[in-house]
Amino acid sequence: MLKVTIPHLGNSYIPLSALFREVGLEVILPPPISQETIALGAKLAPEFACLPFKINLGNFVETLRSQTIDLIFMAGGVGPCRFGYYGQLQQEILRANGYQVDFLILEAPKTHPRELWEKLKKYLPKHRLTDFSRALSYAWQKAKAVDTFDTLANQIRPLEKKPGATSRLQKKFYHALNAAVLHKDIKKIVNNALQELSSLSVKTEFKPLKIVLLGEIYMVLESQVNFKIEETLGNMGVEVKRTIHFSEWVFEHLLLSIVKPNWRQKQFLLAKSYLDNFVGGHGLETVAHTVDAAVNNYHGVVELAPFTCMPEIVAMQALPAITKDLGIPVLPLIIDEHSGEAGIRTRLEAFVDMLAYRRSRSRGGELLEVVSRN
Amino acid sequence: MKLYLGIDVGSVSTNIVLIDNQGKLVRKLYLRSQGNPVASVQKGLAQVIKELKDYEIAGVGTTGSGRQMIGKLIGADLIKNEITAHAVACLHLEPEVRTIIEIGGQDSKLILIKDGIVNDFAMNTVCAAGTGSFLDQQAARLQMEIADFGNTAATGNHPVRIAGRCAVFAESDMIHKQQMGHPMEDILAGLCEALVRNFINNLGKGRDIKPPVIFQGGVAANQGIRKAFERILGHKLLIPEQFDVMGAYGAALLAQNEMMSQKLSTKFKGFQIINETITTSSFDCDACANQCEVVELRQGNQLVACLGDKCGKWSNQIMEEGLAIS
Repeated sequence: MLKVTIPHLGNSYIPLSALFREVGLEVILPPPISQETIALGAKLAPEFACLPFKINLGNFVETLRSQTIDLIFMAGGVGPCRFGYYGQLQQEILRANGYQVDFLILEAPKTHPRELWEKLKKYLPKHRLTDFSRALSYAWQKAKAVDTFDTLANQIRPLEKKPGATSRLQKKFYHALNAAVLHKDIKKIVNNALQELSSLSVKTEFKPLKIVLLGEIYMVLESQVNFKIEETLGNMGVEVKRTIHFSEWVFEHLLLSIVKPNWRQKQFLLAKSYLDNFVGGHGLETVAHTVDAAVNNYHGVVELAPFTCMPEIVAMQALPAITKDLGIPVLPLIIDEHSGEAGIRTRLEAFVDMLAYRRSRSRGGELLEVVSRN
Repeated sequence: MKLYLGIDVGSVSTNIVLIDNQGKLVRKLYLRSQGNPVASVQKGLAQVIKELKDYEIAGVGTTGSGRQMIGKLIGADLIKNEITAHAVACLHLEPEVRTIIEIGGQDSKLILIKDGIVNDFAMNTVCAAGTGSFLDQQAARLQMEIADFGNTAATGNHPVRIAGRCAVFAESDMIHKQQMGHPMEDILAGLCEALVRNFINNLGKGRDIKPPVIFQGGVAANQGIRKAFERILGHKLLIPEQFDVMGAYGAALLAQNEMMSQKLSTKFKGFQIINETITTSSFDCDACANQCEVVELRQGNQLVACLGDKCGKWSNQIMEEGLAIS
């Protein structure tokens, strides 16, 4: 059986391992991202490459050190973001360091999803289109399940009475979902987990602050490098609305971009007064979602970007103008392999204090009372 | 007399204040940490209570980058981030303030106030050029006292152009200007301008810096930096009398408010900590992929606190044991 591996990106390993298993490949996942992974990647990558590039590279090296891998699956792209060229460059770097391995770089199809299939087919033992579409629907089911659960978890966490209860359920759910093989099992696991989550005992009188989390996709989705920001904010009593989900991203790039090429229309309109260009990556989305957060009365926005990220740096320049016009506070956080947890935490705590104070001031509260309560 | 203790454990200095229940300052102390926060807190506490009579500590707040460790060690009632602590102290002393510039050992902050509330803030992320540590380092290289450094810079009337983007390049630029024969005061004034410009470009981007502007933190003692800010911003800077201990002041105010409004009794472990032998050790926890660097704090032979574990595996254990003992 052909052995393949993929880089980590949040929980995407759950649907992706299901997909590849279903088409008859053996999936070897890299060990979970650790300081060692980051150090390995940073050593091999150019210094000013973005953090996701370095961590992908670290993932590959950690896998290749202990296993023989036939093929690495990597996503690619054509936009102005450097991500489009990650795979090609990573392959070169790995070869130069003595790892002979093939890459299959999957890009969004230009005309029809079948294009993707044609590229994949020759590697697969089960290579009828029906096998592939069944595998896709199976992976899709898992991807949706993860995102549905995470969305609800972010609403429950600030309200939980027993600290850590939500996160414990979340961990358990990921584990069970990853192990599930049959459609009906997945359905049952999801329903049970959602049921369990909704019946956690919660504080009813507490009104959490609401923060929108946005920015560069890897930093937003990968909790091992964003210092578990959703959990951290949730534990501070904040309801987090994440704007990027793996399932949506796949849906937009595999399907929407073909059947509805103007799917970004709404975002273009929202962002228009501040950024009138698709700058690549999630730059446009960052601006659009910040406007959206202000209009929908969120209390604040946290933007995550890897150091040297071009699209997010462009978007970041537009955000102070939105703050000025629409009154929504934004905390930009730039993260790289040198970032320390303490620094990030300090900024998040201060931001939450500020939001709590702004909210209570509008209701006539006193500074000292609000911030010491937090 | 009931007093409230505020401790700010920063990267360069450890600051301690005592306030009364009106929020008035009773004692203050600015002490260089010299890389040993525990020892400097012990030393500072001993100094701050010297010759103080008839008092009782009714609440303790800690802030600064060492707030968690020191907070756990001495039994703080409130542990607060330094951005909030600085804003609280400043608003207490100068309710009309619109802009707070704070530059400490390794952090710089810009806090904007609107209608008496914190409206926006920025803190340096990837670059520490222009903070106290860098100025210290340059003073040491020139074999100057840090106080003379600022005073000399303030006398420079023709600041030379120096690249302030990066501390290393700023240094090589300075060396080059020295070798070109520029007078020292103009080079130092140029350095101050470069650092101030770096601050404004990094933190002030897209933000309105409106007067009254308050400048606080250890670097506010530096005449050269003060003058450069005033020249570039076009506003006069206000320097509060307590400029060097504002974080500690804020922590004390927060603790005072918390204890008084909640009618709580303090968790402060007492001043005997001054004479205890405190040792720290660390290890890498390999229970999961996080591989946290866990720090253990021992008082005598007894383990009193664990820090740094993301999951609470070690720190919770201490809490449970602590409860069992008491």
